[in-house]
Amino acid sequence: MKLAKSIEEIRSDFPILSTKAHGKPLIYLDNGATTQKPLQVINMMEELYRTANANVHRGVHYLSDLVSDRYEAARETVRAFINARSREEIIFTAGTTASINAVAFSFGERFVGEGDEIVISGMEHHANIVPWQMLCERKKAKLKIIPFSDEGVLDLEAYRNLLSERTRIVAVTHVSNVLGTINPVKEIVAEAHRHGIPVLIDGAQGIQHGLVDVTDLDCDFYVFSGHKVYGPNGIGVLYGKADLLNELPPYQGGGDMVANVTFEKTTYSVLPFKFEAGTTNFTGAIGLAAALDYLSTLGREAVAEREQALLATATAGLSAIEGLRIYGTAPHKVSVISFLPGVIHQYDAGMILDKMGIAVRTGTHCAQPLMERFGISGNIRASIAFYNTEAEIEALVRGVRKVTEMFA
Amino acid sequence: MTINEIQDQIIEEFAQFGDWMERYEYLIDLGRSLPPFDERHKTPEYLIEGCQSKVWLFPSFENGIITFSAESDALITRGIVALLVRVFSGRTPAEIVDANIYFIEKIGLRENLSPTRSNGLLAMMKQMRLYALAYKSKQEHS
Ligand SMILES: Cc1ncc(COP(=O)(O)O)c(C=O)c1O
Repeated sequence: MKLAKSIEEIRSDFPILSTKAHGKPLIYLDNGATTQKPLQVINMMEELYRTANANVHRGVHYLSDLVSDRYEAARETVRAFINARSREEIIFTAGTTASINAVAFSFGERFVGEGDEIVISGMEHHANIVPWQMLCERKKAKLKIIPFSDEGVLDLEAYRNLLSERTRIVAVTHVSNVLGTINPVKEIVAEAHRHGIPVLIDGAQGIQHGLVDVTDLDCDFYVFSGHKVYGPNGIGVLYGKADLLNELPPYQGGGDMVANVTFEKTTYSVLPFKFEAGTTNFTGAIGLAAALDYLSTLGREAVAEREQALLATATAGLSAIEGLRIYGTAPHKVSVISFLPGVIHQYDAGMILDKMGIAVRTGTHCAQPLMERFGISGNIRASIAFYNTEAEIEALVRGVRKVTEMFA
Repeated sequence: MTINEIQDQIIEEFAQFGDWMERYEYLIDLGRSLPPFDERHKTPEYLIEGCQSKVWLFPSFENGIITFSAESDALITRGIVALLVRVFSGRTPAEIVDANIYFIEKIGLRENLSPTRSNGLLAMMKQMRLYALAYKSKQEHS
């Protein structure tokens, strides 16, 4: 598989990549936190504000029609990108966190009661832990945790044993934001479905690295953020199977989500609008569609392949550094590599790398239980995107070597 | 030496370094030379929790003088901790309360005290002042 553009062309699509950091060329390896935006997205957003701004679904006038059509076209782009069955199953939210909270609330109201159980994994981001804990507290339900191995592989045997008559929903991450593990979500879904239990997949770190086909996965919910897939901030997606979404109560009330309002009784609108109360982030949604189009044009499999090649270089280079430990060595990984060089503190290493123009993330990466599992206070994470280069990866490896010398 | 004389001395020390690498290497050395921190004081009471690194700060007050000992789990943070201890330890409460700290900015380490860094250093400086304020009011009321 070949990318539709050369790496030089790709890099010139991302103007921020030519930034200087502390006087050195920026090497941006914090793509797991947020990704950079191509001109195709930036220009689209600007063009929208210049030419097509009006509230969606709320006017009979020219501009409102124009932008409403584009908003709905964006929904269709998302549907096609994740291969959902229908557009009404695509709900625009503020992001992954907002999507998970929406499900935890609405699903919880409808289906979870005292003594019930929610199953999540030990490698979840706080966004896929805390909303469920809050639900458990509200409903006096219990949280059950799927353990994982030192390599970062979920223990499916333990998972099977955790499923019980009381399990109401399973919520697991598609890809670990720290370990990079690609979880066998299709199997996880199939197993839960054998017991009639629905599954939510946190796709925040999955959507940008390859193909996501929610029909094939057969998951009941799939959620992700625009900003991690080269799109704008403040927009995200909640995919849910229509049958299930139809059964859930809305989680926010307001304009646009209602069919008829009187002070005695309000009836709700149909999907997807039932879950899109208030003026939505329609510019964000259209920007997100531009980002997805960009990826599709490049070739999603080619993107994944290039990232795997860069990951291999990073893994080989970093592993060769004496005393360096990599966290997350699962056989199926995305281009995320977490590590600690010897006993050097992640903050020290991050500071020195920053001075070299290298942006990595240090700390717990919003996954404190995972850090505890490994008995560390945090680590360093390099998360690689297709626009990174072999030379940048080599600079990272040299930088980490320099760090180990400085702190030796 | 006054607090300001020590600050000026530190600024002079750092002026001899050509680039950031030398400055950080010096900080690392300072971090290494920080006197050992009494393990018994590594308790939640003396912990200043940053998101990125942790700092412990233990004060003692005798004959009108405050002595600080401190520690961090990250070496660069520890180097800056050493500088702060050098400036603030062995002072009267009034000296600390009235101090105007300018050396950090002058030696190009300001980013280390930014609240967004959350490495415990900014909170450590605040905590030193709080201890000083507490000892000061204790002095005034005894
Ligand atoms: C696996 C995972 N889930 C959820 C989130 C939360 O995403 P957001 O902050 O965009 O809502 C992140 C982002 O860091 C993540 O990596």
